[in-house]
Amino acid sequence: MQTKRTTFSSPWLPYALLAPQVIITLIFFIWPSWQALVQSLYRQGDAFGIRPPTFVWFQNFQTLFADPLYLNSLQVTFVFSVGTTLLSMGLALLFAVMVNRMIRSRNSYTTFLVWPYAIAPAIAGVLWWFIFNPTLGILPYVLDMFGYNWNHRRNGNDAMIMIIIAAAWKQISYNFLFFLAGLQSIPNSLIEAAAIDGASRMKRFWTIVFPLLSPITFFLLVVNVVYAMFDTFGVIHATTEGGPAQATNILVYKVYRDGFVNLNIGSSAAQSVVLMTIVVVLTVIQFRYIERRVNY
Amino acid sequence: MATVKLDGVRKVYAGGVEAVKGVSIDIADGQLCVLVGPSGCGKSTLLRMIAGLEVITDGEISIDGRVVNRLEPAERDIAMVFQNYALYPHMKVYDNMAYGLRNRGQSKEEIDKRVREAARILELDELLQRKPRELSGGQRQRVAMGRAIVRHPKAFLFDEPLSNLDAKLRVHMRVEIKNLQRSLGVTSVYVTHDQVEAMTLADKLVVMNGGVAEQIDTPIKIYEKPATTFVASFIGSPAMNLLRGASAGPKGIALAGGQAVKPRDFQMPETGREVFLGVRPEHLTLVNGGNSDLELSVIAVESLGADTMAHGVLAGSNGRADKIIVRLPGAASIKEGDVLPLAINPGMAHVFDAETSKRI
Repeated sequence: MQTKRTTFSSPWLPYALLAPQVIITLIFFIWPSWQALVQSLYRQGDAFGIRPPTFVWFQNFQTLFADPLYLNSLQVTFVFSVGTTLLSMGLALLFAVMVNRMIRSRNSYTTFLVWPYAIAPAIAGVLWWFIFNPTLGILPYVLDMFGYNWNHRRNGNDAMIMIIIAAAWKQISYNFLFFLAGLQSIPNSLIEAAAIDGASRMKRFWTIVFPLLSPITFFLLVVNVVYAMFDTFGVIHATTEGGPAQATNILVYKVYRDGFVNLNIGSSAAQSVVLMTIVVVLTVIQFRYIERRVNY
Repeated sequence: MATVKLDGVRKVYAGGVEAVKGVSIDIADGQLCVLVGPSGCGKSTLLRMIAGLEVITDGEISIDGRVVNRLEPAERDIAMVFQNYALYPHMKVYDNMAYGLRNRGQSKEEIDKRVREAARILELDELLQRKPRELSGGQRQRVAMGRAIVRHPKAFLFDEPLSNLDAKLRVHMRVEIKNLQRSLGVTSVYVTHDQVEAMTLADKLVVMNGGVAEQIDTPIKIYEKPATTFVASFIGSPAMNLLRGASAGPKGIALAGGQAVKPRDFQMPETGREVFLGVRPEHLTLVNGGNSDLELSVIAVESLGADTMAHGVLAGSNGRADKIIVRLPGAASIKEGDVLPLAINPGMAHVFDAETSKRI
């Protein structure tokens, strides 16, 4: 393989050029992660300095996995991320297939469908907060006409549905773009060959198009799970704040609540270490898979 | 086994472009019909209309006596080989060939029997468990053919199937396709822009230009008696020399360069008519001074070993006349600046009306 070599006039120049990125990574990523790792092994001292922090080995983790509230949060996170991923990817694929069939209006539809992605999660959360608001919102009003009493402040299922919709809504744009690009990269002659081979429209989609999209689908699957688990803090903070009764208290939100609201720093740090591990695992899966399928 | 019949078929696209302007072709059972023409002449559109991939604006297409205008591609019982082969990349060779049969609900045993049979004919036995990306260009081409023949369709449609292969493989596959079509006896329509492919494969050749079928006949008839100047210059390589001139009665045809030609065995058009005189490069012979029909002053010489191509213009025409190419046998000892006395072989001159471009 051919390698590119650049010669620098001063031996310090390459380090100077790298420095900004390295410093940012060290200060904002490595240092906090290290802090979290250390904190997770300590028991918090009291506020008056009478009892100093004590090193407790993995006691924080033991307590954590014995805590029914944490186990509940794990389950909530699972339901939430699976729900968000399925909803956003399913709708995005549907939209992409429909837009891909357009000829002239394709670009305008694409533009409109991508807009929501530019909206900050907190704003999206507030938007949905208004739409779903049991007293002011349009959706509870409509549902009431059908005899359903919507109240996400009392009903945990309602709350979960709301945050799934709010979180998925924004992600649809992103998934849509990838799916559309994937669909456009499938040669038309393949679809025509399948049509001549006697496959119905549905069959063509499931036996030809969908398998050919699988690398993109897998990539999006990982990206969406990561999004649902880590990037949805804003949505939850602006709508349910983890309630009612822990029903929407996903892991990321619980880290914040336990650490910054309830000031249980040791437990919060242990929780973030668990989250870090999950991210590492997902990233490894992602890279492995993409490396393997890159020549597809 | 079936006949394919096109009757006044037209295609107008949404933007108002008329791609095919009323084409009628009768293809007999078992015949291989080649559609040839330059890019944009409508040949692929015509093929796609037969396949059912394009809506037919006007006219009628029937396969085996049944009008198929409104039928889905799958219901027409045809198989198509695409230019890029269109193999399903995620399926093994076996599944690629079996896909069409599975969609038609054939039994497992029947599918297996037919796929193995096709694999044997095309020498693909070793490759059945491979994915298309693990095959060479020629092998992919054969899989595409296999996918067509397992179905036992009424007609094969080929859309420039050889244009993605290198020159050597193209010649080889051309012969294979011809043999396969002969032995299976399936009516076929074959689209190409390559006139050598067209000449060698066709039972019936359709030369298309600008959405019109300029001539439909056997390849040899088209070569011998081209109906228009377009056909004359498109079929045959190097292209036929077309010389502008006017009929001058007993003197022959007065060419634009000043010389007059009087070919032998030739029906002279009425005096004064503006015409094109057409002579193929291979129908000009170098003769002794006295017997020449025309004299060529050579501009360039290309030696190909077996032949020598001499490019030039009529002598004494100061470059105003049409360019002429002559094919001389072997390594002829001529050079630039020579003046060659040439005779037109008896009966080998063509004459076309200058206005309508039609053969007279």
